[in-house]
Amino acid sequence: MSVLLFTALVAVGSLAAGLLGALTGLGGGIVIVPMLTVLFHVDIRYAIGASLVSVIATSSGAAAAYVKEGFTNVRVGMLLEVATTVGALVGAYIAGRVPTSAIAVVFGLVLLYSAYRSARPPARHAAAARAHPLADRLRLNSTYPTPQGMQPYVVQGVPAGFSLMLAAGVLSGLLGIGSGAVKVLAMDQAMRLPFKVSTTTSNFMIGVTAAASAGVYLNRGYIDPGLSLPVMLGVLTGALVGARVLSGARPAALRWLFGAVVVVLALEMLYKGLTGSV
Amino acid sequence: MSTRPPDAGPDAWSDDAVDQRLGNLLRAGVMLAAAVTALGGVLYLVQHGHELADRRVFHGQPPDLRSVRGIVAGALQMRSRWVIQLGLLLLIATPVARVLFSLYAFVRQRDTTYVAITAIVLALLVLGLLGFGGG
Repeated sequence: MSVLLFTALVAVGSLAAGLLGALTGLGGGIVIVPMLTVLFHVDIRYAIGASLVSVIATSSGAAAAYVKEGFTNVRVGMLLEVATTVGALVGAYIAGRVPTSAIAVVFGLVLLYSAYRSARPPARHAAAARAHPLADRLRLNSTYPTPQGMQPYVVQGVPAGFSLMLAAGVLSGLLGIGSGAVKVLAMDQAMRLPFKVSTTTSNFMIGVTAAASAGVYLNRGYIDPGLSLPVMLGVLTGALVGARVLSGARPAALRWLFGAVVVVLALEMLYKGLTGSV
Repeated sequence: MSTRPPDAGPDAWSDDAVDQRLGNLLRAGVMLAAAVTALGGVLYLVQHGHELADRRVFHGQPPDLRSVRGIVAGALQMRSRWVIQLGLLLLIATPVARVLFSLYAFVRQRDTTYVAITAIVLALLVLGLLGFGGG
């Protein structure tokens, strides 16, 4: 395959991933690595490097809009970024020292979990009544815009959220993904942030988390410019178009389609990892 | 409330004003990075479009595509892969610049707790860029 054809095909695949990721709210980053390794036979280390930079691009682009609209809780983000960046450095460190087949197996399991999460709509929970003492001390409680005006909220479960973020960071650094599913779990379930606040704050943090491990990957020679070019520009374009087409609406049929794609890629990754053919 | 310098408006460093600037910074960083990457991409495809693409075997990138110094030097000579890598480096630098700006904003707000928290995050990012755990 010529460089021109390879670049065009990867760009189309990345564009579709970015578009579907934005339309379903799952993020396109998670399918990039399996797509590159399974369909294009790219070495998983190059695939992870390219995925990491595309994750930085889409999350920073989206975060720019959310932070201006006032949904993002910057203090919660800053605090939890301590956990995710430590985790990301640990994950990137591990990635250079374990066999690629092990990375593929972990990736398959994370894909299955993400598909499971996406099949279930987010649980709506009652707003927390009392803040965690640390949330008061660290001034995490805030307000967010609703159709009825600015709504105040308090933050719970700060230590639990912080611990989950450490795990999210490790997965991000190890697999080159945003780990949005784990991040939302931490902020939605443990810290009880309003759904829109947890998704936008998660998105805000993903760029910083990915940048921590991307630095390590760059130094290690895992970031291939020829591969990252179509991946990054493709995912970014797809995500921007997706956000324009449908802001907020999450059609069920698309969710199922994307979920099915994720499950197939997950099984493929598990098979490749377990047979050592990665 | 902290006292404001006379040159700034009353709410120049309020959380809301800082959020607006954070958003602008992120958007500008991504757009600049994408533009540089696309420029390098055009050069790359013109120069190498008809070569054979094969990434099944992992070789790692050459040393001058791994370091900031090497990337900038190559990009200044308009070498296509180095120009793309400079775009990717600008992309990685965007969240770092965002954290740096947050640090400055918290200093202006005299929020010492968050100055400390943000400084830790910045230190960790620099650690990653300097190649902690690399090789």
